[in-house]
Amino acid sequence: MMKRFRLNQQEIVFAVFALLFLVFSIFLNGFLTAENMLTLLQNVAVLGILGLAMAIVVIGRGIDISLIAALAVPPGLVLQMVQNGHSLPFSLLTAVLLTIAFGLVNGWLIAYAEVPSLFATLATGLLLAGLGQAALFQLDVVQWSAGMNGFERLGQGTILGIPTSIVMFAIACIVVAILLRQTRWGAYIYAIGDNPYAARVTGIPSRPIIVLQYVIAALIGCFAGLVMAASVNSMPTRVFNSTLIYDVILVVVLGGIGLSGGRGGVLNVIIGTLLIGTMLNGMTIMDMSYAGQNLIKGVVLLLAVITDSFLNPRNEETAQQGDI
Amino acid sequence: MKNFANPTRTALAVLAFTALAGPALAQQGLDEPFQKPFKEALTGKTVAYVPVAMNFDLTEGWYAGLKKELEPFGVKFVIRDANWNTNAGAQAVTSLISEKPAVMVVHNPDVQTYAKLLQRAENEGIYVIQINMGSAYRSSAFVGANWIEIGERDTEAVVKACEGKSNKIAIVQGALSAAASAYTLKGVENVLAKHPEIKVVSSQAADWDAAKAKAITQTVLKQNPDLCGIVGFWDGMDIGTAAAVKEAGLTGKVFLATSGGGERKGACELVKSGAFDLNLSYDVPTQAAQMAGTIKWLLSSGAKPGSIKGSEYTTLIPITKENADSQTSCWNLSDLKK
Repeated sequence: MMKRFRLNQQEIVFAVFALLFLVFSIFLNGFLTAENMLTLLQNVAVLGILGLAMAIVVIGRGIDISLIAALAVPPGLVLQMVQNGHSLPFSLLTAVLLTIAFGLVNGWLIAYAEVPSLFATLATGLLLAGLGQAALFQLDVVQWSAGMNGFERLGQGTILGIPTSIVMFAIACIVVAILLRQTRWGAYIYAIGDNPYAARVTGIPSRPIIVLQYVIAALIGCFAGLVMAASVNSMPTRVFNSTLIYDVILVVVLGGIGLSGGRGGVLNVIIGTLLIGTMLNGMTIMDMSYAGQNLIKGVVLLLAVITDSFLNPRNEETAQQGDI
Repeated sequence: MKNFANPTRTALAVLAFTALAGPALAQQGLDEPFQKPFKEALTGKTVAYVPVAMNFDLTEGWYAGLKKELEPFGVKFVIRDANWNTNAGAQAVTSLISEKPAVMVVHNPDVQTYAKLLQRAENEGIYVIQINMGSAYRSSAFVGANWIEIGERDTEAVVKACEGKSNKIAIVQGALSAAASAYTLKGVENVLAKHPEIKVVSSQAADWDAAKAKAITQTVLKQNPDLCGIVGFWDGMDIGTAAAVKEAGLTGKVFLATSGGGERKGACELVKSGAFDLNLSYDVPTQAAQMAGTIKWLLSSGAKPGSIKGSEYTTLIPITKENADSQTSCWNLSDLKK
């Protein structure tokens, strides 16, 4: 009997989102308009794309703290190289190669050197951000230059009336959904996340698949960075020092992707992103103070984490020290 | 013209000219008695520079400017980069006090953290120059922008642009913990107190972050499409604010006033493109030159550190469409580094 009344986290979050949406629609003037809905989505599109990258890694029972470095440094490099007179395609290629190399380092450290993902990505993120600051960029904020003209369409303007960044988020959702649900690699990621030892025993190539996860996550991070740079016409590489990574984790955990791995999917990221978007948008319309906004975000994250540990209890058989 | 009509003045000028020409005509050179002590006062001295972080236009500009002015005199120039970390900065200042440089150039992250340390430094015989962000302790010199003035002048421009329009404005603040942001806000409030007709529809902190500034501005513009002006607190962040205005198709309709260091790409280029309507520049190379001048003066004066105290508030350059093309309104970091 109890089983029937039990909601999973995804449903709880969706219920909270629906409730919040309803309350804002009734009490906040100008919230429930088509334009505001698009703005709401547009404002969280980059966060949503990052959420997808994080989701892939978390489903495989890891975490990628270095995601913001992948967001900031390779796209920053594109802007800097173009500013220095290189062509856009060549700069993009260099950035993509750097991103892949970065993902490979992450993956190798975690899969082969068996460093816990939290520490490995914490260190590599610092490394990449430091490299960017010391060797690649002249200034923290890399400005747009004439050679980039046309590229801003990746983050500005509209496609069929829908702001481009939302379209980019949608495309990323579809690609990741196909990867996770339709390919063998996706199935392997779930298997590894659910029980890495069982996965290895069944003959799944665990280590290469883990490397793949981090390479894909880094590439998605780089893509999010390009959308962001196009959207604000510059790359503020200092974003690495911000609290953005916590927002990304918030999206993933809030959406119901258990940190213990093997659960959840793209839908969860979308729900998490929608909830965050609604909260931020509502609080901005209410002109709520910065401290108040942080307080509310903190409380919501805490509730989400607590709910997560109740609904997805640790798997005693496979969980171990150092796991996230 | 009137001066030349004055016979006494003319006579004096003639006398002065002969006096000047006199030594030049003499067979032997004449020693200028003050340059040697000046050189001695500077040679081998260490000047330490503690910015909140390197790698952005302001701190890179000060660094390049100071280096260019001081190194030719044999001054050793060292840098301790706090990299946005207040603790690291406090540690750098503490260790510098024991290393005893002659001068410390300090860029405070807030009003309190370094205050006691800077007082100790001056007691230990180190001149302290504070740049752009002062602390609660008043040291030998403060060189920098008057944030209250920036807030006032930006807001006045926005209020003026709003005349006959909706009178709705938005404020995009920096980080709440930063005194520069709080002072600027005070300036904004000063002007708004005189203009009760102005309605502030949004006043939020975007953490010096362009993406956040864009998100906030987008939402505000959707709610208030008749907004007539925005006061932004830093051009590096307001690139995002401007992008939101542009996307809403309101460039030229929403007056955007901001401030910054006046680096060409971050200031003049963006004013020219119409992204900013007004950018108050605190002209970093001039600030660097003033600091260098103060350092030379202090070192050669022999005054006891902390015994004399003064301020040099920066003369702001308002960059608008009219002067954005001029060579002198903005500066290039690459040129300054040469």
